[in-house]
Amino acid sequence: MQTFDLEAEGLRALNSTLHAQAANTNQTHWEIVNPKGSHAIAVGLDAPIEVDIKGSTGYYCAGMNKQAKVHVHGSVGPGTAENMMSGMVIVEGDASQYAGATGHGGTLVIKGNASSRCGISMKGIDIIVHGNIGHMSAFMAQSGNLVVCGDAGEALGDSLYEARLFVRGSVKSLGADCIEKEMRPEHIAILEELLKRGECDAKASEFKRYGSARELYTFKIDNAY
Amino acid sequence: MCGIVGLFLKDTSLEPQLGDMLTDMLITMTDRGPDSAGIAIYGSETNGNAKLTVQSGAPERDFDKLDDDLRKRIKGKVLMGVKDTHAVLSIKADQVAAAREILTEIRPDVRVMSHGSTLEIYKEVGLPKEVAERFDIRHMSGTHGIGHTRMATESAVTTMGAHPFNTGVDQCLVHNGSLSNHNSLRRKLRRLGVHIETENDTEVGAAYLTWKMQKGSTLGEALTSSLDDLDGFFTFVVGTKDGFGVVRDPIACKPAVMAETDQYVAFGSEYRALVNLPGIDQARVWEPEPATVYFWSHNAAPTAQEKAA
Repeated sequence: MQTFDLEAEGLRALNSTLHAQAANTNQTHWEIVNPKGSHAIAVGLDAPIEVDIKGSTGYYCAGMNKQAKVHVHGSVGPGTAENMMSGMVIVEGDASQYAGATGHGGTLVIKGNASSRCGISMKGIDIIVHGNIGHMSAFMAQSGNLVVCGDAGEALGDSLYEARLFVRGSVKSLGADCIEKEMRPEHIAILEELLKRGECDAKASEFKRYGSARELYTFKIDNAY
Repeated sequence: MCGIVGLFLKDTSLEPQLGDMLTDMLITMTDRGPDSAGIAIYGSETNGNAKLTVQSGAPERDFDKLDDDLRKRIKGKVLMGVKDTHAVLSIKADQVAAAREILTEIRPDVRVMSHGSTLEIYKEVGLPKEVAERFDIRHMSGTHGIGHTRMATESAVTTMGAHPFNTGVDQCLVHNGSLSNHNSLRRKLRRLGVHIETENDTEVGAAYLTWKMQKGSTLGEALTSSLDDLDGFFTFVVGTKDGFGVVRDPIACKPAVMAETDQYVAFGSEYRALVNLPGIDQARVWEPEPATVYFWSHNAAPTAQEKAA
Protein backbone atom coordinates (compact mmCIF):
# COMPACT_ATOMS: atom_id res chain seq x y z
CA MET A 1 0.00 0.00 0.00
CA GLN A 2 1.19 3.51 -0.85
CA THR A 3 0.69 6.28 1.71
CA PHE A 4 0.39 9.89 0.61
CA ASP A 5 0.55 12.78 3.07
CA LEU A 6 -1.64 15.44 1.49
CA GLU A 7 -0.56 18.17 3.88
CA ALA A 8 3.12 17.57 3.14
CA GLU A 9 2.98 16.94 -0.59
CA GLY A 10 0.02 18.96 -1.82
CA LEU A 11 -3.10 18.40 -3.88
CA ARG A 12 -1.65 18.70 -7.35
CA ALA A 13 1.00 16.08 -6.62
CA LEU A 14 -1.64 13.76 -5.20
CA ASN A 15 -4.02 13.96 -8.13
CA SER A 16 -1.32 13.72 -10.77
CA THR A 17 0.15 10.68 -9.00
CA LEU A 18 -3.25 9.01 -8.92
CA HIS A 19 -3.95 9.96 -12.56
CA ALA A 20 -0.66 8.33 -13.55
CA GLN A 21 -1.89 4.90 -12.43
CA ALA A 22 -2.61 2.76 -15.48
CA ALA A 23 -5.05 -0.12 -15.76
CA ASN A 24 -2.33 -2.63 -14.96
CA THR A 25 -0.62 -0.72 -12.16
CA ASN A 26 0.69 -2.79 -9.28
CA GLN A 27 0.18 0.15 -6.89
CA THR A 28 -3.46 -0.76 -6.39
CA HIS A 29 -4.03 0.56 -2.88
CA TRP A 30 -3.45 4.16 -1.76
CA GLU A 31 -3.93 5.73 1.61
CA ILE A 32 -4.27 9.52 1.89
CA VAL A 33 -3.48 11.00 5.29
CA ASN A 34 -4.09 14.56 6.55
CA PRO A 35 -6.89 15.46 4.10
CA LYS A 36 -7.97 18.23 6.53
CA GLY A 37 -11.06 19.21 4.58
CA SER A 38 -9.14 19.95 1.36
CA HIS A 39 -11.03 20.31 -1.90
CA ALA A 40 -10.89 18.13 -5.04
CA ILE A 41 -9.18 15.12 -3.46
CA ALA A 42 -8.94 12.09 -5.78
CA VAL A 43 -10.80 13.80 -8.61
CA GLY A 44 -10.82 12.37 -12.14
CA LEU A 45 -9.41 8.93 -11.33
CA ASP A 46 -9.50 6.36 -14.12
CA ALA A 47 -7.87 3.14 -12.93
CA PRO A 48 -8.98 0.11 -10.91
CA ILE A 49 -7.32 1.29 -7.72
CA GLU A 50 -8.48 1.65 -4.13
CA VAL A 51 -8.05 4.97 -2.35
CA ASP A 52 -8.61 5.29 1.41
CA ILE A 53 -8.91 8.86 2.66
CA LYS A 54 -8.21 9.04 6.40
CA GLY A 55 -10.32 11.98 7.50
CA SER A 56 -12.87 14.49 6.24
CA THR A 57 -12.73 16.24 2.88
CA GLY A 58 -13.96 19.49 1.33
CA TYR A 59 -15.64 20.17 -2.01
CA TYR A 60 -15.76 17.76 -4.97
CA CYS A 61 -14.09 14.72 -3.45
CA ALA A 62 -13.87 11.82 -5.96
CA GLY A 63 -15.58 13.83 -8.69
CA MET A 64 -15.74 12.35 -12.21
CA ASN A 65 -14.58 9.01 -10.86
CA LYS A 66 -14.06 6.06 -13.24
CA GLN A 67 -13.23 2.53 -12.06
CA ALA A 68 -11.62 3.50 -8.75
CA LYS A 69 -12.97 2.68 -5.31
CA VAL A 70 -12.65 5.74 -3.06
CA HIS A 71 -13.37 5.25 0.64
CA VAL A 72 -13.62 8.37 2.83
CA HIS A 73 -13.16 7.67 6.56
CA GLY A 74 -14.85 10.88 7.60
CA SER A 75 -17.41 13.35 6.23
CA VAL A 76 -17.40 15.06 2.84
CA GLY A 77 -18.16 18.57 1.63
CA PRO A 78 -20.34 19.69 -1.29
CA GLY A 79 -20.32 17.91 -4.65
CA THR A 80 -18.86 14.56 -3.65
CA ALA A 81 -18.69 12.02 -6.51
CA GLU A 82 -20.16 14.64 -8.83
CA ASN A 83 -20.52 13.30 -12.36
CA MET A 84 -19.17 9.87 -11.40
CA MET A 85 -18.97 7.51 -14.40
CA SER A 86 -18.18 4.17 -12.74
CA GLY A 87 -16.48 2.68 -9.70
CA MET A 88 -17.49 3.19 -6.11
CA VAL A 89 -17.34 5.96 -3.52
CA ILE A 90 -18.04 5.16 0.15
CA VAL A 91 -18.43 7.89 2.77
CA GLU A 92 -18.36 6.77 6.41
CA GLY A 93 -19.73 10.07 7.72
CA ASP A 94 -22.13 12.70 6.37
CA ALA A 95 -22.21 14.33 2.94
CA SER A 96 -22.94 17.99 2.24
CA GLN A 97 -24.96 19.38 -0.68
CA TYR A 98 -25.40 17.76 -4.09
CA ALA A 99 -23.65 14.47 -3.43
CA GLY A 100 -23.59 12.33 -6.56
CA ALA A 101 -24.96 15.16 -8.72
CA THR A 102 -25.22 14.37 -12.46
CA GLY A 103 -23.57 10.95 -11.91
CA HIS A 104 -23.71 8.68 -14.95
CA GLY A 105 -22.76 5.41 -13.27
CA GLY A 106 -21.03 3.70 -10.39
CA THR A 107 -22.16 3.50 -6.76
CA LEU A 108 -22.11 6.17 -4.06
CA VAL A 109 -22.66 4.95 -0.50
CA ILE A 110 -23.17 7.52 2.29
CA LYS A 111 -23.28 5.90 5.72
CA GLY A 112 -24.38 9.05 7.54
CA ASN A 113 -26.81 11.70 6.30
CA ALA A 114 -26.72 13.57 3.00
CA SER A 115 -27.91 17.17 2.91
CA SER A 116 -29.80 19.05 0.21
CA ARG A 117 -29.87 18.25 -3.52
CA CYS A 118 -28.51 14.71 -3.17
CA GLY A 119 -28.51 13.06 -6.59
CA ILE A 120 -29.64 16.19 -8.42
CA SER A 121 -29.83 15.45 -12.15
CA MET A 122 -28.48 11.92 -11.66
CA LYS A 123 -28.07 10.07 -14.94
CA GLY A 124 -27.48 6.43 -14.03
CA ILE A 125 -25.57 6.47 -10.76
CA ASP A 126 -26.79 4.37 -7.81
CA ILE A 127 -26.80 6.26 -4.51
CA ILE A 128 -27.42 4.48 -1.19
CA VAL A 129 -27.79 6.71 1.88
CA HIS A 130 -27.97 5.01 5.28
CA GLY A 131 -29.35 8.13 7.00
CA ASN A 132 -31.55 11.03 5.85
CA ILE A 133 -31.40 13.27 2.80
CA GLY A 134 -32.18 17.00 2.54
CA HIS A 135 -34.51 19.04 0.36
CA MET A 136 -34.69 19.02 -3.46
CA SER A 137 -32.96 15.65 -3.70
CA ALA A 138 -33.13 13.84 -7.05
CA PHE A 139 -34.32 17.05 -8.74
CA MET A 140 -34.60 16.31 -12.50
CA ALA A 141 -33.11 12.86 -11.89
CA GLN A 142 -32.94 11.05 -15.20
CA SER A 143 -31.94 7.47 -14.42
CA GLY A 144 -30.31 5.34 -11.77
CA ASN A 145 -31.44 4.55 -8.23
CA LEU A 146 -31.54 6.60 -5.04
CA VAL A 147 -32.01 4.57 -1.85
CA VAL A 148 -32.68 6.38 1.43
CA CYS A 149 -32.86 4.34 4.63
CA GLY A 150 -33.93 7.35 6.72
CA ASP A 151 -36.18 10.27 5.84
CA ALA A 152 -36.28 12.56 2.80
CA GLY A 153 -36.64 16.37 2.94
CA GLU A 154 -38.91 18.68 0.99
CA ALA A 155 -39.63 18.41 -2.75
CA LEU A 156 -38.22 14.93 -3.32
CA GLY A 157 -37.83 14.05 -6.98
CA ASP A 158 -39.12 17.31 -8.42
CA SER A 159 -39.44 17.13 -12.23
CA LEU A 160 -37.81 13.73 -12.35
CA TYR A 161 -37.60 11.47 -15.37
CA GLU A 162 -36.87 7.74 -15.10
CA ALA A 163 -34.80 7.45 -11.91
CA ARG A 164 -36.13 5.15 -9.16
CA LEU A 165 -36.34 6.52 -5.64
CA PHE A 166 -36.67 4.18 -2.63
CA VAL A 167 -37.29 5.72 0.80
CA ARG A 168 -37.74 3.76 4.03
CA GLY A 169 -38.72 6.65 6.33
CA SER A 170 -40.93 9.67 5.86
CA VAL A 171 -40.92 12.05 2.90
CA LYS A 172 -41.51 15.66 3.94
CA SER A 173 -43.02 16.49 0.55
CA LEU A 174 -42.89 15.27 -3.02
CA GLY A 175 -41.76 17.61 -5.76
CA ALA A 176 -43.72 18.40 -8.91
CA ASP A 177 -44.70 15.27 -10.87
CA CYS A 178 -43.19 12.85 -8.33
CA ILE A 179 -45.58 10.18 -7.02
CA GLU A 180 -45.49 7.06 -4.91
CA LYS A 181 -45.52 3.93 -7.02
CA GLU A 182 -46.28 0.29 -6.48
CA MET A 183 -43.44 -1.88 -5.17
CA ARG A 184 -43.51 -4.94 -7.42
CA PRO A 185 -41.31 -8.06 -7.04
CA GLU A 186 -38.83 -6.76 -9.63
CA HIS A 187 -38.35 -3.57 -7.59
CA ILE A 188 -37.80 -5.59 -4.41
CA ALA A 189 -35.12 -7.57 -6.28
CA ILE A 190 -33.41 -4.40 -7.53
CA LEU A 191 -33.54 -2.85 -4.06
CA GLU A 192 -32.20 -5.97 -2.33
CA GLU A 193 -29.16 -5.92 -4.59
CA LEU A 194 -28.64 -2.17 -3.98
CA LEU A 195 -28.89 -2.58 -0.19
CA LYS A 196 -26.36 -5.41 -0.29
CA ARG A 197 -24.00 -3.34 -2.45
CA GLY A 198 -24.45 -0.41 -0.05
CA GLU A 199 -23.58 -2.55 3.00
CA CYS A 200 -26.96 -1.80 4.47
CA ASP A 201 -28.97 -4.31 6.48
CA ALA A 202 -32.39 -2.66 5.98
CA LYS A 203 -35.18 -4.85 4.61
CA ALA A 204 -36.34 -4.08 1.08
CA SER A 205 -39.97 -4.67 2.10
CA GLU A 206 -39.83 -1.65 4.43
CA PHE A 207 -39.28 0.83 1.58
CA LYS A 208 -41.67 2.78 -0.61
CA ARG A 209 -40.93 3.51 -4.24
CA TYR A 210 -41.32 6.93 -5.86
CA GLY A 211 -41.07 7.88 -9.49
CA SER A 212 -42.30 10.19 -12.20
CA ALA A 213 -46.00 10.53 -13.01
CA ARG A 214 -44.81 11.61 -16.47
CA GLU A 215 -47.34 14.43 -16.60
CA LEU A 216 -45.06 17.44 -17.01
CA TYR A 217 -44.65 19.46 -20.21
CA THR A 218 -41.53 17.53 -21.15
CA PHE A 219 -43.48 14.26 -21.41
CA LYS A 220 -46.05 15.59 -23.93
CA ILE A 221 -45.12 14.57 -27.42
CA ASP A 222 -46.88 17.60 -28.92
CA ASN A 223 -44.32 19.81 -27.20
CA ALA A 224 -41.43 18.17 -29.06
CA TYR A 225 -39.70 20.08 -31.79
CA MET B 1 -18.71 33.34 -1.89
CA CYS B 2 -17.45 34.94 1.38
CA GLY B 3 -16.16 32.95 4.32
CA ILE B 4 -17.55 32.97 7.84
CA VAL B 5 -16.11 31.60 11.05
CA GLY B 6 -17.37 31.62 14.62
CA LEU B 7 -16.06 30.29 17.88
CA PHE B 8 -17.94 30.10 21.16
CA LEU B 9 -15.83 28.86 24.08
CA LYS B 10 -17.27 26.69 26.82
CA ASP B 11 -13.88 26.02 28.42
CA THR B 12 -12.68 29.29 29.99
CA SER B 13 -9.05 28.10 29.92
CA LEU B 14 -9.13 28.61 26.12
CA GLU B 15 -10.16 32.28 26.42
CA PRO B 16 -6.61 33.69 26.11
CA GLN B 17 -6.32 31.84 22.77
CA LEU B 18 -9.62 33.02 21.27
CA GLY B 19 -8.07 35.64 18.99
CA ASP B 20 -5.36 33.26 17.85
CA MET B 21 -7.80 30.45 17.06
CA LEU B 22 -10.26 32.75 15.24
CA THR B 23 -7.44 34.32 13.23
CA ASP B 24 -6.26 30.91 11.99
CA MET B 25 -9.81 29.89 11.15
CA LEU B 26 -10.38 33.09 9.18
CA ILE B 27 -7.05 32.90 7.32
CA THR B 28 -8.00 29.39 6.15
CA MET B 29 -11.10 30.91 4.56
CA THR B 30 -9.12 33.59 2.64
CA ASP B 31 -9.78 32.07 -0.79
CA ARG B 32 -13.53 32.35 -0.23
CA GLY B 33 -13.21 36.15 -0.27
CA PRO B 34 -10.10 38.31 -0.46
CA ASP B 35 -11.71 41.78 -0.54
CA SER B 36 -11.99 42.69 3.10
CA ALA B 37 -12.04 41.03 6.47
CA GLY B 38 -13.34 41.64 9.94
CA ILE B 39 -13.52 40.11 13.38
CA ALA B 40 -15.85 40.72 16.30
CA ILE B 41 -14.52 39.72 19.69
CA TYR B 42 -16.41 39.59 22.97
CA GLY B 43 -13.78 40.41 25.56
CA SER B 44 -13.69 41.70 29.09
CA GLU B 45 -16.21 44.01 30.70
CA THR B 46 -15.75 46.97 33.03
CA ASN B 47 -18.75 47.57 35.24
CA GLY B 48 -20.95 50.40 34.06
CA ASN B 49 -18.73 51.14 31.10
CA ALA B 50 -19.46 50.78 27.41
CA LYS B 51 -17.01 50.37 24.55
CA LEU B 52 -17.33 52.28 21.32
CA THR B 53 -15.05 50.93 18.62
CA VAL B 54 -14.49 53.70 16.09
CA GLN B 55 -12.64 53.85 12.77
CA SER B 56 -11.01 56.56 10.74
CA GLY B 57 -9.31 56.67 7.37
CA ALA B 58 -6.93 59.28 8.87
CA PRO B 59 -6.25 57.92 12.37
CA GLU B 60 -3.23 60.20 13.11
CA ARG B 61 -5.42 63.26 12.67
CA ASP B 62 -8.72 61.96 14.05
CA PHE B 63 -7.47 60.01 17.07
CA ASP B 64 -5.04 62.73 18.19
CA LYS B 65 -6.35 63.92 21.58
CA LEU B 66 -9.75 62.43 20.78
CA ASP B 67 -10.06 61.21 24.38
CA ASP B 68 -9.28 64.68 25.78
CA ASP B 69 -11.66 66.41 23.40
CA LEU B 70 -14.46 63.98 24.17
CA ARG B 71 -13.82 64.11 27.92
CA LYS B 72 -14.20 67.89 27.93
CA ARG B 73 -17.50 67.72 26.11
CA ILE B 74 -19.23 64.87 27.94
CA LYS B 75 -17.67 65.81 31.29
CA GLY B 76 -16.96 62.20 32.15
CA LYS B 77 -14.25 59.58 32.05
CA VAL B 78 -13.01 58.54 28.60
CA LEU B 79 -10.31 55.95 28.00
CA MET B 80 -8.94 55.37 24.53
CA GLY B 81 -6.89 52.52 23.07
CA VAL B 82 -5.74 53.03 19.48
CA LYS B 83 -5.05 50.09 17.17
CA ASP B 84 -4.14 51.18 13.64
CA THR B 85 -7.29 52.64 12.01
CA HIS B 86 -9.50 51.69 14.95
CA ALA B 87 -9.79 53.03 18.48
CA VAL B 88 -11.75 51.67 21.41
CA LEU B 89 -13.31 54.36 23.59
CA SER B 90 -14.43 53.35 27.09
CA ILE B 91 -17.18 55.60 28.31
CA LYS B 92 -19.83 55.42 31.04
CA ALA B 93 -22.71 53.44 29.55
CA ASP B 94 -25.20 56.26 30.15
CA GLN B 95 -23.02 58.75 28.26
CA VAL B 96 -22.74 56.77 25.03
CA ALA B 97 -25.63 58.44 23.22
CA ALA B 98 -24.25 61.89 24.02
CA ALA B 99 -20.73 60.83 23.03
CA ARG B 100 -21.90 59.54 19.65
CA GLU B 101 -23.58 62.83 18.89
CA ILE B 102 -20.53 64.82 19.94
CA LEU B 103 -18.31 62.55 17.86
CA THR B 104 -20.16 63.42 14.65
CA GLU B 105 -19.53 67.06 15.49
CA ILE B 106 -15.87 67.02 16.59
CA ARG B 107 -14.66 64.16 14.34
CA PRO B 108 -17.04 64.03 11.36
CA ASP B 109 -14.94 61.42 9.52
CA VAL B 110 -14.89 58.94 12.39
CA ARG B 111 -17.29 56.01 11.98
CA VAL B 112 -18.64 53.83 14.77
CA MET B 113 -17.89 50.15 14.15
CA SER B 114 -19.52 48.79 17.28
CA HIS B 115 -21.15 49.66 20.57
CA GLY B 116 -21.30 47.24 23.46
CA SER B 117 -20.06 46.38 26.92
CA THR B 118 -17.77 43.56 25.75
CA LEU B 119 -17.99 43.69 21.94
CA GLU B 120 -15.22 45.13 19.78
CA ILE B 121 -15.35 45.00 15.95
CA TYR B 122 -12.28 45.42 13.75
CA LYS B 123 -12.64 45.41 9.97
CA GLU B 124 -10.79 46.74 6.97
CA VAL B 125 -10.21 46.20 3.26
CA GLY B 126 -7.52 43.56 2.74
CA LEU B 127 -6.76 39.90 3.30
CA PRO B 128 -7.67 38.26 6.63
CA LYS B 129 -3.97 37.78 7.46
CA GLU B 130 -3.19 41.48 6.96
CA VAL B 131 -6.28 42.71 8.75
CA ALA B 132 -5.66 40.40 11.73
CA GLU B 133 -2.05 41.61 11.93
CA ARG B 134 -2.99 45.30 11.79
CA PHE B 135 -5.24 44.92 14.81
CA ASP B 136 -3.17 42.27 16.58
CA ILE B 137 -6.22 40.03 16.80
CA ARG B 138 -4.04 37.02 17.72
CA HIS B 139 -3.33 38.44 21.15
CA MET B 140 -6.95 39.23 21.99
CA SER B 141 -8.68 37.08 24.54
CA GLY B 142 -12.41 36.66 24.85
CA THR B 143 -15.36 34.39 25.42
CA HIS B 144 -16.55 34.18 21.82
CA GLY B 145 -16.12 35.84 18.47
CA ILE B 146 -17.07 35.77 14.81
CA GLY B 147 -15.14 36.61 11.67
CA HIS B 148 -15.78 37.24 7.99
CA THR B 149 -13.78 37.44 4.80
CA ARG B 150 -15.62 39.11 1.96
CA MET B 151 -16.05 38.62 -1.75
CA ALA B 152 -18.19 41.62 -2.60
CA THR B 153 -21.20 41.10 -4.84
CA GLU B 154 -23.80 43.71 -3.89
CA SER B 155 -21.83 46.84 -3.05
CA ALA B 156 -18.40 48.49 -3.08
CA VAL B 157 -15.29 47.13 -1.38
CA THR B 158 -14.97 49.58 1.50
CA THR B 159 -14.40 49.45 5.24
CA MET B 160 -18.07 50.18 5.82
CA GLY B 161 -19.06 47.38 3.47
CA ALA B 162 -16.95 44.87 5.41
CA HIS B 163 -18.48 42.58 8.01
CA PRO B 164 -19.26 42.11 10.92
CA PHE B 165 -22.06 44.65 11.22
CA ASN B 166 -23.08 45.95 14.64
CA THR B 167 -26.84 45.40 14.89
CA GLY B 168 -27.47 46.66 18.41
CA VAL B 169 -25.70 46.94 21.74
CA ASP B 170 -23.30 43.97 21.94
CA GLN B 171 -24.87 42.43 18.85
CA CYS B 172 -23.29 41.77 15.50
CA LEU B 173 -23.87 39.89 12.29
CA VAL B 174 -21.85 38.34 9.48
CA HIS B 175 -23.38 37.14 6.24
CA ASN B 176 -22.51 34.81 3.40
CA GLY B 177 -24.84 35.26 0.45
CA SER B 178 -26.67 38.07 -1.22
CA LEU B 179 -30.02 39.66 -0.45
CA SER B 180 -32.12 40.46 -3.49
CA ASN B 181 -34.76 42.67 -1.85
CA HIS B 182 -32.32 44.94 -0.01
CA ASN B 183 -33.21 48.07 -1.99
CA SER B 184 -36.93 47.93 -1.25
CA LEU B 185 -36.30 46.89 2.34
CA ARG B 186 -33.80 49.75 2.79
CA ARG B 187 -36.39 52.26 1.54
CA LYS B 188 -39.00 50.79 3.89
CA LEU B 189 -36.69 50.85 6.91
CA ARG B 190 -35.48 54.38 6.16
CA ARG B 191 -39.09 55.57 5.99
CA LEU B 192 -39.53 54.04 9.44
CA GLY B 193 -36.60 56.09 10.67
CA VAL B 194 -33.93 53.36 10.73
CA HIS B 195 -30.43 54.68 10.00
CA ILE B 196 -28.75 52.79 7.15
CA GLU B 197 -25.40 54.13 6.04
CA THR B 198 -24.35 52.26 2.89
CA GLU B 199 -25.74 50.56 -0.21
CA ASN B 200 -24.62 47.23 1.22
CA ASP B 201 -27.17 44.39 1.34
CA THR B 202 -25.95 42.92 4.63
CA GLU B 203 -26.24 46.25 6.41
CA VAL B 204 -29.93 46.16 5.50
CA GLY B 205 -30.19 42.65 6.95
CA ALA B 206 -28.48 43.86 10.12
CA ALA B 207 -30.70 46.96 10.31
CA TYR B 208 -33.75 44.77 9.82
CA LEU B 209 -32.81 42.60 12.82
CA THR B 210 -32.07 45.70 14.93
CA TRP B 211 -35.42 47.21 13.99
CA LYS B 212 -37.28 43.98 14.80
CA MET B 213 -35.62 43.79 18.21
CA GLN B 214 -36.36 47.46 18.92
CA LYS B 215 -39.99 46.60 18.21
CA GLY B 216 -39.86 43.98 20.94
CA SER B 217 -38.81 40.82 19.11
CA THR B 218 -36.27 38.54 20.70
CA LEU B 219 -33.20 37.76 18.64
CA GLY B 220 -34.69 34.34 17.93
CA GLU B 221 -37.97 35.88 16.75
CA ALA B 222 -36.11 38.44 14.63
CA LEU B 223 -34.06 35.68 12.98
CA THR B 224 -37.18 33.60 12.42
CA SER B 225 -39.06 36.49 10.80
CA SER B 226 -36.01 37.25 8.63
CA LEU B 227 -36.77 33.93 6.92
CA ASP B 228 -40.03 35.48 5.66
CA ASP B 229 -38.95 39.06 5.06
CA LEU B 230 -35.49 38.68 3.53
CA ASP B 231 -35.34 37.44 -0.04
CA GLY B 232 -32.10 35.95 -1.27
CA PHE B 233 -29.36 33.71 -0.07
CA PHE B 234 -27.99 33.88 3.40
CA THR B 235 -26.12 32.08 6.06
CA PHE B 236 -26.03 34.44 9.04
CA VAL B 237 -23.92 34.08 12.13
CA VAL B 238 -24.90 36.50 14.88
CA GLY B 239 -23.10 37.36 18.09
CA THR B 240 -24.69 38.57 21.31
CA LYS B 241 -23.12 39.43 24.65
CA ASP B 242 -23.59 35.90 25.97
CA GLY B 243 -23.74 33.75 22.91
CA PHE B 244 -23.93 33.21 19.22
CA GLY B 245 -26.51 32.01 16.76
CA VAL B 246 -26.72 30.62 13.24
CA VAL B 247 -29.49 30.69 10.65
CA ARG B 248 -29.55 29.68 6.97
CA ASP B 249 -32.17 30.52 4.36
CA PRO B 250 -34.55 27.70 3.32
CA ILE B 251 -32.68 26.97 0.07
CA ALA B 252 -29.40 26.76 2.00
CA CYS B 253 -26.96 26.81 -0.89
CA LYS B 254 -24.44 28.83 1.12
CA PRO B 255 -22.28 26.31 2.93
CA ALA B 256 -22.08 25.86 6.68
CA VAL B 257 -20.53 23.33 9.00
CA MET B 258 -20.51 23.23 12.77
CA ALA B 259 -18.53 21.36 15.40
CA GLU B 260 -19.17 20.96 19.11
CA THR B 261 -17.01 19.52 21.88
CA ASP B 262 -16.98 19.98 25.67
CA GLN B 263 -14.63 22.93 25.08
CA TYR B 264 -16.33 24.92 22.30
CA VAL B 265 -18.92 25.33 19.57
CA ALA B 266 -17.40 26.33 16.23
CA PHE B 267 -18.82 27.46 12.91
CA GLY B 268 -17.10 27.50 9.52
CA SER B 269 -18.16 28.03 5.92
CA GLU B 270 -16.08 24.92 5.29
CA TYR B 271 -14.70 22.11 7.43
CA ARG B 272 -11.19 23.31 6.51
CA ALA B 273 -11.67 26.25 8.88
CA LEU B 274 -12.15 23.87 11.81
CA VAL B 275 -9.43 21.27 11.25
CA ASN B 276 -6.87 22.70 13.64
CA LEU B 277 -9.20 23.21 16.60
CA PRO B 278 -8.32 21.06 19.62
CA GLY B 279 -10.08 17.69 19.69
CA ILE B 280 -11.75 18.22 16.31
CA ASP B 281 -11.40 14.52 15.45
CA GLN B 282 -13.66 13.66 18.38
CA ALA B 283 -16.04 16.60 17.88
CA ARG B 284 -19.67 16.25 16.84
CA VAL B 285 -19.60 17.74 13.33
CA TRP B 286 -22.77 18.54 11.40
CA GLU B 287 -24.34 20.76 8.78
CA PRO B 288 -26.93 23.16 10.23
CA GLU B 289 -30.42 22.55 8.82
CA PRO B 290 -32.01 25.10 6.48
CA ALA B 291 -34.49 27.62 7.96
CA THR B 292 -33.58 26.61 11.51
CA VAL B 293 -32.33 28.97 14.21
CA TYR B 294 -29.47 27.65 16.35
CA PHE B 295 -28.26 29.42 19.48
CA TRP B 296 -25.69 28.87 22.22
CA SER B 297 -25.36 30.96 25.37
CA HIS B 298 -22.85 31.33 28.19
CA ASN B 299 -25.63 32.42 30.44
CA ALA B 300 -26.57 29.60 32.82
CA ALA B 301 -29.93 31.27 33.31
CA PRO B 302 -30.63 32.67 29.86
CA THR B 303 -32.80 35.76 29.51
CA ALA B 304 -36.21 35.49 27.92
CA GLN B 305 -34.59 36.75 24.74
CA GLU B 306 -32.00 34.02 24.68
CA LYS B 307 -34.47 31.34 25.65
CA ALA B 308 -36.66 32.31 22.75
CA ALA B 309 -33.69 32.17 20.45
